[in-house]
Order: sequence, then structure tokens, then C-alpha cells
Amino acid sequence: MAQPHPTQSGDHLDGQWYVDKLFHGLMFLCGISAVLFVLGIFLFVFAEGAGFILKSLDWRQFLLSPRWMPTSSYNPTYGILALIAGTASITFLAMVVAVPFSLGAAIYIAEFAKGRTREVLKILIELLAAIPSVVWGFIGLAIMNPWIIQTFDEPIGLNILNCGIILGLMAAPIITSIAEDALKAVPDTYREAAEALGANRWQTIAQVVLPAAKNGLLAAVLLGVGRGFGETMAVLMASGHSINMPESIFDSVRALTATIAAELGETAVGSDHYQALFAIGIFLFTITFFINMTADWIIRGSKRG
Amino acid sequence: MVNLFRSANDDPHPPQSTAPGPKAPIQVAVRDLTIRYGNWPVLSDVTLDIRRHEIFGIIGPANSGKTSFLNALNRMDLLRPNMTVHGEIRFNGVDIRTWRNVYALRRMIGVVFPLPVGLPMTIYDNVALAPRLSGKNLDKTALDALVERCLRRAALWDEVKDRLHALGSLLSGGQQQRLTIARALSQEPQLLMLDEFSIAVDPVTTMRIEDVLKSLQEEMTIILVTNLVQQAQRLAHRTAFFLDGRCIEVGETEALFSGQVKNRRTREYIEGKFG
Repeated sequence: MAQPHPTQSGDHLDGQWYVDKLFHGLMFLCGISAVLFVLGIFLFVFAEGAGFILKSLDWRQFLLSPRWMPTSSYNPTYGILALIAGTASITFLAMVVAVPFSLGAAIYIAEFAKGRTREVLKILIELLAAIPSVVWGFIGLAIMNPWIIQTFDEPIGLNILNCGIILGLMAAPIITSIAEDALKAVPDTYREAAEALGANRWQTIAQVVLPAAKNGLLAAVLLGVGRGFGETMAVLMASGHSINMPESIFDSVRALTATIAAELGETAVGSDHYQALFAIGIFLFTITFFINMTADWIIRGSKRG
Repeated sequence: MVNLFRSANDDPHPPQSTAPGPKAPIQVAVRDLTIRYGNWPVLSDVTLDIRRHEIFGIIGPANSGKTSFLNALNRMDLLRPNMTVHGEIRFNGVDIRTWRNVYALRRMIGVVFPLPVGLPMTIYDNVALAPRLSGKNLDKTALDALVERCLRRAALWDEVKDRLHALGSLLSGGQQQRLTIARALSQEPQLLMLDEFSIAVDPVTTMRIEDVLKSLQEEMTIILVTNLVQQAQRLAHRTAFFLDGRCIEVGETEALFSGQVKNRRTREYIEGKFG
């Protein structure tokens, strides 16, 4: 017997079917575009630095020498160790400042604050996150700098201490809001079960809520670290921007990002110096990529657990 | 068949429960208890006494105020900003609203929720949590012994003794509910409140837990909120019937189930005509 014609069986492709397929395709494009952009940026940065990286770059010198002297007329050296140390020391101090404050604030907002207090605090923290980095840099220059000079009797106030505090204040709102989300994601049934066992508020938070949210909290801190690594303008303005292997928090340092920002406009396009700056870009890209991957991996872990 | 339903308890004697008489001391005295959420009354003018070492059943259809009643007893109203409690609840003769340390009160009252809440920690830590919270610094041996005793009594020991340090949340629903019971027992409470504990538990486990409850009655008072009237009939010495936020009737379970009721609605509910 011959098969009935599809339309007779009721199997026909109607308008809704096409709309569904269309949206499926559109959403796929949107989704894949993020991947394309990241890939595109990476390829662009790599292409700009490629000639230098593949031909004349001495990797050992690049990563292990503290001498960044790209404009030296007789012996230009491209060592970023001092810049790495600068970025790392600033970021480390920023985390020392930001993490206790942020976690404390997140615990207060998620566990104690109620109603209006909570709403007002959340709005203020979002506002804090929205302050442009150049304004933070300005605070570093105009307020922190004279304060450090006076208080600690130092010749310059643009140093690791200044920059670390500024960067810590910048990272704090981000860490706070992500950490607060992580705490809010802990089901209330856990809190009620703990309180029913006779746990007081602090015991409930310390023994039940924080352990349950620990992966989310760690991810929040890592995103703060990523922020510290990537921040440019405030770091450029507050760090002193001088190449130094730091020995104390009163040393001026220079960060990877600030170096790119300050020097890229003054180099000849395609020169070794220009391409070396792109090599720094690739290095930064790789580091932030790994930090974000780790954060993502930890968040996934928390969803599985 | 009977063996299936035997308790995993080591007690060689089959569990028995004896009703404390009317002269038994009062564990919980409730007078004119009214509970509101905002302006919405969920329970009005409840007055009843719960005797020490009694299994006290509370039956009633959904929304009759049973769970709110339990929440008021261990002052969970403090966690719910819009829940207000009027009237008087005396625990061991003392008005619970005059208790300064509400945490100490809650440590004397164990709660088992309708859906199991395995806290995100190991099985061992789940059971050891309450003793640790209470500030009694038990040494390792004493704590181990306590954990084992509670897990045995909750009929869970045999299933988890080899993996005490696995996450509690990896257990099945029924096992988690027994873990919750073990956790409540680790408080060594004077009063154990169970809120429809058998919702997430299979029938065989339910029977095992019921046996456990009968044997626990020697040590503590038990309030059993249940939506299964037969469960109240099997376990409770006395039973209260809640309907639409009111306590319609409190009576000896046997009497209620043999038709000696004061209110027609009680009989209809017990016979399954509504609810």
C-alpha cells in the first residue's frame, strides 16, 4: 500500500515549526558569537605580537629578567619580571584589603540585614562598583598620596600600599555581590534545620551556611583577583609607575596593564617595542583566562556538590 | 512479614508504649494560643496539655495550623518576621517567651521536618552537629558512641556504618529522613516533634521508624503531626484534631477511633469523608 501523503497524516510543517527553527538558529548565532569574539581578540593580539614573539623574543629573558628597557638605544631589553611582581604585589595587597571586608559585608547583607537596610546597602554597593576606574585613580593621587606621605613619613605616596588599597576598594563591591549571591543560594531549610538543632546565628553561619557556600565564595574571590590583574587606569595613577622589584609596601611599582596603556601610544607600529607590548597582552590574556577558568570550574563544582 | 517491619534497634524486647495517665506531669501546656501571619490567623485559641512521655498525635487536613503549632513551640516564629504568636506556651512549667536563651530551649526540643534536610556535611558530622553546638566538649570516643547510638536508634546504622564520612546529601530520601531523626535524637531532647515525617519515606521504613518512636517514648515526649490518621491510631496515646486553624477536639486515641467523639467533624475526618 502506498504511504499516505504527509499532509494527510497530519504531519505538516506549519508556521510555528518554522518560527521555532528560526529562533533556534538565531540563538545559536548569538551564543556562538561570544566564542567568535574571544577567538577574534586573541588572534588579533597574537597576530600583532607574532613577528616579535616567534623571531626575536628571548622567552627566558622576557619572563625572568626584571629589566624592562625597550627604549634603550644600544641594548633594548624586554624583561617583565618586575612588572609581574608589581601586578602580583598590588593584587595580593588588594585581596588582603578586600576579602575580609567583602565577605563580612556579604554575610551581613545576606544573613542579617532586612528590608530597607538590605535594599539600600545593595544599591550602594552596586553604585560603588559603577565608579569609573579613573575616579579611583584620582582618589589615589589626590587623597591617598598626601595621606601616606604624612602618616608614614615617606617621600612618595604613590606605591604598593596606595594602589593596593585603591584596588581593594574597587574589587570589594564585585566580591561582595557575588559572595552575597552565593550565600543567598544556600537553601533556607539548612538555616532552619540548624536553628532547630539549637544553633545560634553565628553557629548557623559558621558551621552550615559558609561551608555550604564555600565554592561560590572562593569563585567570588577569584573574580576579584581577576579584576585586580586586569585593572589599568587606577593602577597607572596610584602605583607610582616605576620599574622596581618591590621590597616593601612603600615601594613604587609598575603593573603589566599600566605599561601597555602608557607605552602603546608612543611606539612605532610594528616595532619590537610595539610587539613586545602585545606579548604582555598575550601573557595577561592567558593569566586572566586561567583565573576565570578556575573560578568557573569551582562554581560548577559547587553546583554538583 | 513481621520480620521486615522489626526495628533495627538492638533492643531485644519488642517496642511497647504505655500511656502516661491523666495525673502524669505536664510537659507542654498551651493556653489560648493564636498564631497569625500578618493579619491572617492560621491558628486560634488552642488550649491543650501534653503529658510527659506521651506520644501526642495531631491530625487534620492541610492548612489546619498543625505545622504553625510546632513552629510556635520551639520559637521558630523568631525566624519569620510576619509570624506573631499570642497566648501562652509553658515548657516544663515555664513560659517559653520568658526564656532568655532561645537556643537552649531549642536544644531541648528535637524537630523532624516533612522533607528531609541533610545538611551539606558528612553523615557523621550531621549527627555530631548538635552535641558540638551545645558546647559539651565530648571526646572522640564519646562522640563516636553517641553518633552510633543515634544512628542505630534511627534504624540507619547498618546502612551507613561503612561510609560515615560520605556526604549526607548523597543518601536516598528515606535514608536522609532517618538521618534527620538521628540528628534530632543526638540533641537528647526532652521533646521530639515530628512533622509528617513519612511523606518522603517508603512504607517499610515508615513502619521501622514507628517502632523506633514507640521505644523512644520512655525517654522523651513525642508530638506527632501526621496526615495519616492510621499512623496516629497506631502510635498516639492521645490525639488532637485540628481543622481550619482551630483545635476541634482532644481525646484518647482509642476513644476517638472507636467513635466516642464530641464533634461530628472529627468522626467524619477519621472516617475519611473529607480532608
